[in-house]
Amino acid sequence: MSIRKDWKLIEILIKDNSRVLDIGCGEGGLISQLEKNIKAKTNGIEVNADLARKAIASGYNVVEGNAELDLNQYSNQSFDYVILSQTLQAMVKPKEVLTELLRIGQKAIVSFPNFGHWKIRLQLLFSGKMPKTKGLPYSWYETPNIHFFTIKDFQDLCKELNIIIEKSIALTGKGRQFEISPGISYANLFTSEAIFLLSYKNFEPIKIKTKQKSFSRNSALAS
Amino acid sequence: MNKSINIFKNFELQCLIAEFSDISLKLDSSIKINNFKIAYKTFGTLDANKSNAILICHALTGDQYVSGINPITKKDGWWSRMVGPNKPIDTNKYFIICPNVLGGCSGTTGPKEINMETNLIFGRKFPSITIKDMVKAQNYLIEALSIKKLFAVVGGSMGAMQALQWSIDFPEKINNIIHIAGALKHSAQNIAFHEVGRQAIMNDINWNMGSYIKKNTIPEKGLAVARMIAHITYLSDDAMHRKFGRKLQSRDIISFGFDADFQIESYLRYQGRSFVDRFDANSYLYLTRAMDYFEVGKKFSNSIEFPKMKNQHINYLIVSFTSDWLFPTLQNKEIVKILNYFNRNVSFTEIETDKGHDSFLLDEPELDEIINGFLNSNFNKIN
Repeated sequence: MSIRKDWKLIEILIKDNSRVLDIGCGEGGLISQLEKNIKAKTNGIEVNADLARKAIASGYNVVEGNAELDLNQYSNQSFDYVILSQTLQAMVKPKEVLTELLRIGQKAIVSFPNFGHWKIRLQLLFSGKMPKTKGLPYSWYETPNIHFFTIKDFQDLCKELNIIIEKSIALTGKGRQFEISPGISYANLFTSEAIFLLSYKNFEPIKIKTKQKSFSRNSALAS
Repeated sequence: MNKSINIFKNFELQCLIAEFSDISLKLDSSIKINNFKIAYKTFGTLDANKSNAILICHALTGDQYVSGINPITKKDGWWSRMVGPNKPIDTNKYFIICPNVLGGCSGTTGPKEINMETNLIFGRKFPSITIKDMVKAQNYLIEALSIKKLFAVVGGSMGAMQALQWSIDFPEKINNIIHIAGALKHSAQNIAFHEVGRQAIMNDINWNMGSYIKKNTIPEKGLAVARMIAHITYLSDDAMHRKFGRKLQSRDIISFGFDADFQIESYLRYQGRSFVDRFDANSYLYLTRAMDYFEVGKKFSNSIEFPKMKNQHINYLIVSFTSDWLFPTLQNKEIVKILNYFNRNVSFTEIETDKGHDSFLLDEPELDEIINGFLNSNFNKIN
């Protein structure tokens, strides 16, 4: 299996020897790469039974399951990284899934096709039809992608959910990559695929001079 | 300790017998069996560093004849399509050990064997046993064979229960578990079916309070009915419809009587009759009871006890079948969920088939592929 460009970038975001959960792991391509290159300890979940079985038969820890129904079986903060690659746009409840990722993992890595790319904008503007591109090749009536969003939309959602974006990398249609920073306004125009490294804001425990325990990060978030 | 273990070949049973004398097997019930024996078969060759041993645990009415010809039935072993040279569990590569379970009736200590202490047939005097007890006895066998670590423990149904129990009681002795169509605990519905089977046996006048061997009778009818009931639970509505439908047996019109008019009746009667020739009624009582008592759920869901278990290194493969209503997917998935909750190495797949619980014994290419792939790729990892 050839190594995908986005997988290579995901690998760079992950520290060696980490525990990684790959959601929608397919037949285990990314898992295999992470085990081999950075000695990651991996688990995977895949909705397609045939792909899941291929992964299992290759010796990876993969369970057949649905990202929207079966993530509740993983305990809080049980992985260093949870990866959701090219799948968020196919979720019925992407916001809930995103929250789940950071419940299970210390950090989440999310990649998605950017609907804000200039080619997509132009296609819709001039043809008046739902755009089709190399990354989004489906007709509207058969696409698995049910929630289209842009980099800006995603940044807004992260803000709303108190999620900090530790790093974001843009991939252009031609395979070039650059880091998305708030200063670069054209990122949303030229990115065909974006990869985000996410975590929660690191609240310092609030020390209150009572006999009560200090608030942890999670209780601070809940309030 | 080795002094009291004696392994010899039994020509009548065409298998090996390991006799453990002066070792007392303390059962879950606190009763001890002081002299016991395990009948088992092996296939393939144990490699130099003893890293290729696979223990196969049989289901309720299985035996040690997992592959090759069963000398009692003269038919192929119960999993010969899965186990053998160049089969998914390849005996050219792995060393297979398949013991008859404690309480069984193919040569291992069980109700039809002679109690070494009294020199009488155990019969109903045989103590109640559990899945844990079976595993404990198997562990003595593995120790006797000087195998420190099993590459895998594999089993379906009652065999799956044993495999799971192995990972709880002796996690340090296993690398991989293949658990097919099992559960954390035996469900109320399954206990109910077993109870009907046991009642059929115990209400047969020839059962004689369990002393039928001494009285020279066989509770054939009761055991056959028990088997017929159980056999229904191993199939599925769809498979029965596909295989038999409402087709009549050797007749064109219904008889307006209680003969086996329908093919399904004739089939079940045949299953019942042929079962009597190869299985002991008391064994059936004890083994169904052992399954009923099986419940590891309580221990598993205990979040303090489980993480302490030394099973972090074990790769679990859990397999279920869509049409299995005896050990349905949901019950298998409960195990997966708990293992995932505790961050263990777990794989799970549900195979689509209409063949019911018995699917694991039948032609299911997807099952073959996944078992073969899982074993071989994990074997390559450690070698």
